[in-house]
Amino acid sequence: MALPNNGLERLRIQRKMALVFQKTLLFKDSVWNNVAYGLRARGYSRGEVNKLVDKLLEQVGLKDLAARRADTLSGGEAQRVAIARAVAFNPELLLLDEPTANLDPVNIELIEEMIRQLNREKSITVVMVTHNVFQARRIADQVIFIDQGEIVEMGPTEKIFTDPDNENTRLYVEGKAIF
Amino acid sequence: MSRTFEGIIEAFRLILAFDADLLQIVFLSLQVSVTAILLSTLLGVPLGTLLALKPEKKTRLINKVIFTFMGMPPVVGGLIIYLLLSRMGPLGVLGLLYSPTAMIIAQIFLATPIITGLTMVGVRAKGEKIEETARSLGAGSALAAWTVVKESRFGIFGAIITGFSRVVAEVGAVMIVGGNIAGHTRVMTTAIVLETRKGNFELAIGLGIILLIISFVVNSMLYNIQKGGRSY
Repeated sequence: MALPNNGLERLRIQRKMALVFQKTLLFKDSVWNNVAYGLRARGYSRGEVNKLVDKLLEQVGLKDLAARRADTLSGGEAQRVAIARAVAFNPELLLLDEPTANLDPVNIELIEEMIRQLNREKSITVVMVTHNVFQARRIADQVIFIDQGEIVEMGPTEKIFTDPDNENTRLYVEGKAIF
Repeated sequence: MSRTFEGIIEAFRLILAFDADLLQIVFLSLQVSVTAILLSTLLGVPLGTLLALKPEKKTRLINKVIFTFMGMPPVVGGLIIYLLLSRMGPLGVLGLLYSPTAMIIAQIFLATPIITGLTMVGVRAKGEKIEETARSLGAGSALAAWTVVKESRFGIFGAIITGFSRVVAEVGAVMIVGGNIAGHTRVMTTAIVLETRKGNFELAIGLGIILLIISFVVNSMLYNIQKGGRSY
């Protein structure tokens, strides 16, 4: 579905979605102010912003980093802040583009748990792109297998991994296919 | 040699005695250049940001024009403003020639391309990515643009300071449009030219020292800003 070109209508729909890029850009400001950005952009009052940001940082275990300059964080910390910043305004849809690429296992685990938690506790629908089949199996409810930009197969995670309809899907999830 | 030495001694005496002529000249210099830079900043920063966020293909010609104007010799800039403001020129009726206002206009003409061009370079480095991020977080056009400016602040401060150090030290344009009138349009650089020609080295050396001190302060700021920009 394409977004309408009408500026305000487009902004209204865009504001229900949040996107985290593979290479995150955090603003040269405190972690706290980074997380508050989306709320301020939506005109939340100062009191609401304070309450929501403090609560969210507590929830996702980033409270200790609140005062840190965001551009001094490690890659894993930065990605967690980016996700927190993206969900601060309770979007209905969260789009993640390879959020754990180039991260160490500990941070991957932390981020996957954060994604599960956001999905469970805040009922945010998460669409996530990953090249890591194991990661898809670990956290997804539904899997869409895309090859060369085309959807090959989609379905519940267990079915895709144990009983795929497509031969290419089977080879890929078994780690035998070379693309 | 002893004459130079005496000149330096006398220059320090003038500076330390807060000599009225010297103070007036320094004050006018700063007044003209600071005003010009404030106005150039208001013009150049938004324009540079806007150009940096447009696809480079669309702005290629205007970029070249701006870069050319960045290297405009001050005397040529002064000549152009002179022709505009002189009695027979299109803005002659305003009667601005040989006034501090004319000098401010000439310096705006020199500094705006510098601030615009360097802002553009500073913003272009990451501007698109910053705008994209701001928009993905729900910012409208105005907030997204403001965020780009804020995030590119090191480059933009650098642009402003470079513009200032250029205009405060230039002599050609203010000489042509200001006329170096004592007590009215005489600034540090034009006074140095005049006093040197008269063989009156004390005041010239004193002003030279003050210009160097201003240059040192301004460039220290620039250095710190750029160091700050790198370490993050």
